[in-house]
Amino acid sequence: MSAPLLQTSGLTIRFGGVTAVDQVDFTLREAELRCLIGPNGAGKSTFFKLLTGQLPPTEGHVHLRGQDISGARPHEIARQGVGIKTQVPNVFNALSVQENLWIAARHKHTPTFATELTDKILTQLRLTGIANKEVGQLAHGQRQWVEIGTVLAGEPELILLDEPAAGMTHEEVERTAELILEINKSRALIVVEHDMQFIKMIARTVTVLHQGAVLIEDDVARVLEDARVRDVYLGKGLAA
Amino acid sequence: MQILTGMKGALIGSVIAAAAIIAAPFYVDLFQIMQLTVFAAMAVLALSLGFIWGYGGILCFGQTSFFGLGAYAYAVSAINFGDSTPAILLAILVPVVFAALLGYFMIYGGISDVYLGVITLTVSLILFNLVNSTAGDFYKIGEARLGGFNGIPGVPTFNLPGNPGYILTPEQAWMVTGIALILVYLGLRVLIASSFGRIIIAIRENETRAALLGYDPRIYKLITFMIGGAIAGFAGALYVNWGAFVSPTIFALGLSAQIIIWVIIGGRGTLIGPVIGCLLLQWMVTEIGAQQALDANFILGAILIIFVLLVPKGIAPTLRDLALSRLGRGETAPPEARVKVKT
Repeated sequence: MSAPLLQTSGLTIRFGGVTAVDQVDFTLREAELRCLIGPNGAGKSTFFKLLTGQLPPTEGHVHLRGQDISGARPHEIARQGVGIKTQVPNVFNALSVQENLWIAARHKHTPTFATELTDKILTQLRLTGIANKEVGQLAHGQRQWVEIGTVLAGEPELILLDEPAAGMTHEEVERTAELILEINKSRALIVVEHDMQFIKMIARTVTVLHQGAVLIEDDVARVLEDARVRDVYLGKGLAA
Repeated sequence: MQILTGMKGALIGSVIAAAAIIAAPFYVDLFQIMQLTVFAAMAVLALSLGFIWGYGGILCFGQTSFFGLGAYAYAVSAINFGDSTPAILLAILVPVVFAALLGYFMIYGGISDVYLGVITLTVSLILFNLVNSTAGDFYKIGEARLGGFNGIPGVPTFNLPGNPGYILTPEQAWMVTGIALILVYLGLRVLIASSFGRIIIAIRENETRAALLGYDPRIYKLITFMIGGAIAGFAGALYVNWGAFVSPTIFALGLSAQIIIWVIIGGRGTLIGPVIGCLLLQWMVTEIGAQQALDANFILGAILIIFVLLVPKGIAPTLRDLALSRLGRGETAPPEARVKVKT
């Protein structure tokens, strides 16, 4: 069991002349919680798309427990135990909350067990009250929860959350933070977020992306004090 | 639970419809029985598109390809075997194989929805021209001459399974066609209520999300497309059984467009909708054809425009919404009703 849960080496994707993700070497241990921050356009969501097979890398590799998954299709990577909540909620709009979760649970389980698992997660996320509501009619914050529930129902071992707190009230943000820490008891997570208050609630190790490359990777307190991190967030150019 | 109560309703409705089908020959004259038979055969065809478009999200503009292939497969094998039972099986098998090949290249090739419509339409027109040009003695399969634009006349109609000497009477053929329609309808209802059905609806709603959960959307779409091909091919056999005749017009553009209109007017995302749309419009076209004042295609076009503008969901979903709001139920309708089809 020497191979880390997730490892990227020289991971790169170019769109025409733009290098959106540039030579990223990233390692995640089993059951680790990692926060990924960076200004708009730093390549965070693109990095997630590379990890989940939504985009094929131009160069470099992604290894999941030592197995090369670079260039695999999204459903193949999902079957290896990677689940993602995307930045723009990807949900089944015309289906109910319950059905959204059930479809996710059904992939690994029998229909009966999928129903039980769905009920459990609905309770955990306090979604039971809106279980029969059509997801397309819900508010953005609730749709985020439904998508998180859908990811959980798939029982992945690695969970990627792209801006899970966006569009949520302060109270909801706190609950999301609690939930992430609870999930982290048994599973590894990578969380992309802009909200620094939220990052402070959950983060231990933080990786900062800037212009597609890793700027710094360190303990949360040190990262937030780092002058370069402040500079890129304030939009100042980096002094070489 | 909603699925179960929905199924109960479908079963009760089907039993009543089956009773009416069996009773019909005692109350209706032979000419009308023949009319009803072709209506029912076409309703099976409407169901095939209603399923793949309404539930699978696949807009196949050339569903007549499978209908026509089924019809020709039936005609050719019925003439050669002199027995309708294996001919009906081939009428299903040939379109399924064709759908598997065509679907594989389109779906695994990542063709987008609009181009899928264009390609399927083009394929149906190619088949039309291909079969059209098979006149002459050279083009025959076994005993069966394809006959080009003249088609194949005198095709043996359905016989009792295992007894080619016993040919069904028109009344019996009507019952077989009507019951077949009900069975296809019920079979699709069961399929949609199954896990497979739930998953194809989910893929229609959001293919990316389904893939990120571990489902390969391609295989599900391909199987859906093949089921549509099988049902359309079966409808082709029912159609030939009605007229004992098949010609290349079965592949023509007019019919392809009509099937789509049936589904739009009856209601996408339901199964009863396409059946209602098909029966209603065929009946109307027949009635209009009986007089000289108005052109049937003109009326058909006008109805389509009115529906797209005023009743975009179609008859069945609109009626259900009305009934649900009368009952004052705030909860969502069964999944079949909640459909937003990509157009």
